[in-house]
Amino acid sequence: MHLGVSESMRECEYSQISTRSSTPMETPYKKRTPKKRKWEIFPGRNKFYCDGRIMMAKQTGVFYLTLILILVTCGLFFSFDCPFLAQQLTPVIPVIGGVLFLFVLGTLLRTSFSDPGVLPRASPDEAADLERQIDVANGGTGYRPPPRTKEVVINGQTVKLKYCFTCKIFRPPRASHCSLCDNCVERFDHHCPWVGNCVGRRNYRFFYMFILSLSFLTIFIFAFVITHIILSSHQNGFLSALKNSPASVLEVVVCFFSVWSIVGLSGFHTYLISSNQTTNEDIKGSWSSKRGKDNYNPYSYGNIFTNCCAALCGPLPPSLIDRRGFVEADVPQLAPPTNGITIYGSTQSQQSHTSTADMKTLRVVVLASLLLILQLSSQMARGHVSTASPASTIKSSTIKSSTVSPSTIKSSTIKSSTVSHSTASTVKSSTLSASTLSTMTAASTVKSSTVKAVSATAS
Amino acid sequence: THTYPLTHTRRTRYYINPYCITLSLCELRHSASLANKVFIQRDYSEGTTCKFQTKFPSELESRIERTLFEDTVKTLNNYYAEAEKIGGQSYLEGCLACATAYLIFLCMETRYEKVLKKIAKYIQEQNEKIYAPRGLLITDPIERGMRVIEISIYEDRGSSGSSSGSSSVSGSTAR
Repeated sequence: MHLGVSESMRECEYSQISTRSSTPMETPYKKRTPKKRKWEIFPGRNKFYCDGRIMMAKQTGVFYLTLILILVTCGLFFSFDCPFLAQQLTPVIPVIGGVLFLFVLGTLLRTSFSDPGVLPRASPDEAADLERQIDVANGGTGYRPPPRTKEVVINGQTVKLKYCFTCKIFRPPRASHCSLCDNCVERFDHHCPWVGNCVGRRNYRFFYMFILSLSFLTIFIFAFVITHIILSSHQNGFLSALKNSPASVLEVVVCFFSVWSIVGLSGFHTYLISSNQTTNEDIKGSWSSKRGKDNYNPYSYGNIFTNCCAALCGPLPPSLIDRRGFVEADVPQLAPPTNGITIYGSTQSQQSHTSTADMKTLRVVVLASLLLILQLSSQMARGHVSTASPASTIKSSTIKSSTVSPSTIKSSTIKSSTVSHSTASTVKSSTLSASTLSTMTAASTVKSSTVKAVSATAS
Repeated sequence: THTYPLTHTRRTRYYINPYCITLSLCELRHSASLANKVFIQRDYSEGTTCKFQTKFPSELESRIERTLFEDTVKTLNNYYAEAEKIGGQSYLEGCLACATAYLIFLCMETRYEKVLKKIAKYIQEQNEKIYAPRGLLITDPIERGMRVIEISIYEDRGSSGSSSGSSSVSGSTAR
């Protein structure tokens, strides 16, 4: 096949191999080491099981509680009440109960284990490109830029798209960042601890099916356990009926409390589906008429039936994060690859970067002093320079993969930025020193990175 | 026949490894270096459906004709609209899936996935025929989370770069 173009092809192949590893010697070694799957380096706070097939949130305790409650209650129902009911009434009852139970379990597992619609984080090139566009839009001036939003008109309604600092993207409409899972999720509904996962575009229908079928199951069990006790007490008397099947009491109690909450939740979500809103939007009142006379939901199809069909029977989009794919070894990039995370002051730390933390520290210390001079000359005129705040704020920064030595910061006379989690008071003092932590960017883009560092704390 | 990079996911098996799969692209990488990347962003004016902006980026002014570019983006938009269309077939698929407790997807592909395969094929064909000869390379948006169409611009490093034209030989990187 390659006879005609042998020379260039062979050359090409050879260069192909060499670009994929730093030295030719490494190539045979690399081929022997198993490639990592993408879920292993996933930046969000999710847990993966079965080699990436199953994806859940970090805290799964409540999910196990849900599972145990359902299994135990149904188990008791089938072992204690069903024999009596099958005899006295009809054997169809356990069959229906069984079908309902399996459906509940299936939809629960499907909701909990699937990807809710997580948006993968931006590649370094994308993020750099966005930064450039934002700078151009801002005119590159002002040390306190306005919050990053983009306005879009959707079906006549103006919608604000927010910039996500963790994922470095402009969130699509209806997407939201889940702070528990640390991911942006498409059509984010809410994070459900009972299910142990976020509920978003890809698993909303399973979630709805779960709560709907669970409400039917709960009502079913409640009704038939009561029937059992009543029938039994006609034969033997009330107290002996209770003594004969103590499990029934437990079931009644569990079901009684569940019915109110789950049926209520089902009703609420039925309303949401019929008006094509998410829980997020409903709670914020994004489309309520209270906000303005012209405020309406631009995503609604107009009638209830279409909204329901679209939500429940619409096409199921594929997962965007490709958990089980293999990590590409060498990705050609424009921006310098390694410090992409540290520059933007995000709170993530990837596994692959922690090993190079020491190298970065060294680089940071060296470059910080160089950048000082540039910074001071450009920033003096703006009067932003002030005494450095104590080193403790630097230490508390969450730029995990690069640590800056306090002495460097103190000597810099640049206001230290606190790229820390949540202290609102330190937002005011945040400016420039985050830029000293961005080791490899040129001076011109350092400015933009300080802006990022500032707004990173604000979010 | 095309050989694809070894991945085990059903999805990625069908999608292009943008880092060289055809002969002409191979030579592109050999003779050219990555100069710039252009990102075509999403157009949300019609809601959350997948649609890309057809605005012609200035960086491509000298590289490709406007009409060719717009054709590509419009065709892609049509494909995505077809994938996300809510109509008789999608309802049928949804109801059938619900009735079988979604187990049917173990054997069957969803309509969305089928269209994504078509898109991958289309992008590869576009790359081979139109973009690679002009020193450009389109990355499938699914590789970028459906956020952008990434177009890599390659600059000619040297004098080589004799494209083998429309040869449909696909060179595999793994021998």
